[in-house]
Amino acid sequence: MAEITVTTVQPRRPAWRRSPLAMVGLTLIVLLALIALLAPLIAPANPLKQVLSTRLKPPSAEHWLGTDQLGRDVLSRMIYGARISLVIGIVVVGLAASVGTFVGVVAGYFGGWLDEGLMRLTDVFFAFPALILAMAISGALGPSLTNAMIAIAVVSWPVYARLVRAQVLSLREREYVEAARGLGASAERIVWQHILPNTLAPLLVQASFDMGGAILSAAGLSFIGFGTQPPTPEWGVMISDGRNYIATQPWLSLFPGLAILFTVAAFNLIGDGLRDALDPRLRGTG
Amino acid sequence: MPLLSYLLRRLVGFAAVLVGVSIITFGLSHLVPADPAIVALGDHATDAQIEAFREKYGLNKPVPEQYLIYVTGLLRGDLGISLRTRRPVAADLRSFFPATFELSLTALVLSILIGIPAGVVSATARNRLPDHIVRIVSLIGGSVPIFWLGLILIGFFYGRLGWLPGGARIDKFIPPPPMITGLFTVDSLLAGNYKAFWSSVHHLILPALALGYFSTAIIARMMRSSMLEVLNQAYVLAARAKGLRQWRVTWRHAARNALIPTVTTIGVTFGSLLSGAVLTETIFSWPGLGRYATNSAINLDFPAVMGVTLLAALVYTITNLIVDMGYHWLDPRIRNG
Repeated sequence: MAEITVTTVQPRRPAWRRSPLAMVGLTLIVLLALIALLAPLIAPANPLKQVLSTRLKPPSAEHWLGTDQLGRDVLSRMIYGARISLVIGIVVVGLAASVGTFVGVVAGYFGGWLDEGLMRLTDVFFAFPALILAMAISGALGPSLTNAMIAIAVVSWPVYARLVRAQVLSLREREYVEAARGLGASAERIVWQHILPNTLAPLLVQASFDMGGAILSAAGLSFIGFGTQPPTPEWGVMISDGRNYIATQPWLSLFPGLAILFTVAAFNLIGDGLRDALDPRLRGTG
Repeated sequence: MPLLSYLLRRLVGFAAVLVGVSIITFGLSHLVPADPAIVALGDHATDAQIEAFREKYGLNKPVPEQYLIYVTGLLRGDLGISLRTRRPVAADLRSFFPATFELSLTALVLSILIGIPAGVVSATARNRLPDHIVRIVSLIGGSVPIFWLGLILIGFFYGRLGWLPGGARIDKFIPPPPMITGLFTVDSLLAGNYKAFWSSVHHLILPALALGYFSTAIIARMMRSSMLEVLNQAYVLAARAKGLRQWRVTWRHAARNALIPTVTTIGVTFGSLLSGAVLTETIFSWPGLGRYATNSAINLDFPAVMGVTLLAALVYTITNLIVDMGYHWLDPRIRNG
């Protein structure tokens, strides 16, 4: 009688243990989202309220992160700023990923001259200096948060178009797609049901990196006057407001800058973690 | 593919990209709700003045005709007249480009000199202290707002310690060197003016650090991950097995091959340095293209914005070409493939 050997299968380590850094990133973002959602409840003061008698006060028990040149509470402005940064990330990446995915699917699935034309268009957008184009768009439409978001989305979509196109090109030759086609499924159905779900993983990785990138670009645009306008409590605007006080009252620019740094780093950590999880070949190399 | 036909094909592609870039910026300049004539002349300009301005700069012609005039000019190297400085855009670009080029190039050289060894050390010391340090420092580099970093550097090294200047290209009491290349460091050396040389080097340090940190981080990360892949290859094991010294295996056998994907990153990074220069130049009052572009965009001076954009696109495409050539040189498999 054949001997039966029993091998115990090691359970997969839970996700958080495989990528502790990504978990740090995720925790930071969840925390930030909570702060943004609960801003009216947790902010100690009205972020727009000017109290000229308490101008430029250093951090103290009363004002944890000090006050700015108009006597506004820096901590409260930062808490409200979290809202704007998260909205920027979500809107920009949402817009760029939708447009890019649409272009990528059309180019990859239909091929031919359409593919050629669309890909040359992405070449053109890649050659643009992103911030200068965003500045031009923002300048042309008038500087505002909305226009800054549109501008950043305009320079961000080509990455998604190329990514999705490459996925679609490899997926459309797969047997299950051919089978669906053989069964008479429409192009629309094949794309929605069989191709798009499989492009999701690399899209997610790109999106988490781009969330950070969008927040950085928007803050940069606001800093030079092409984005959110004062007195809105946006982190880039706050750094710009504190610019003339950098040697004497550094906290004005220091804290909003740290907030941007931590938020962007958190999204980058999530991106790294997702990429490692989805591509075992790269695990631990990022 | 023979190099020549490959080059030709790429050049046609580049021309197409540049035409595309010019069409998009041109189209954008006509989306402007504000009237550039009024912006340039001010609210108090008379109708006759505005009409004369439009006539002079061709703003009253149909859009396709304006574009054709623009492109015909481009082929002769004429980029139009800036509505703000009232000088030919080409002349403006020539005078502002060297400052940006000097800054970006210094930042890039710093990033390569720091990023590549950091990536190699990080990979060879995987999961040990040097690796952790490099990874944390590069995570910060990839996440820090460049304009904020610039401000902090100015606040600390200029405001607090007074060690380094916080803006401009050269000390205001030192006359700039006579223009040969437009790069102050090179020109002052050529003129044998060491005082001007040291002053321009001093002025370069902080802006180059601020601008270069991001690219250093990206290069270090790329070098680390490609080193990790290469270190697992059989030929590295073989090199080790035949008794070669560790540093020789690391640098001669592994690092050279790991450089190939990093070269692409370096090329892409150089393109992004120009965007970064916009913010860095604003912070450090650096009289380069970035500040010129910002001021032009604020004043809706679209001929100038288009000029900067086209120049940046040209630099980007040329860099890409150089990267491809670098590939051919570094990797015989591509050369002969």
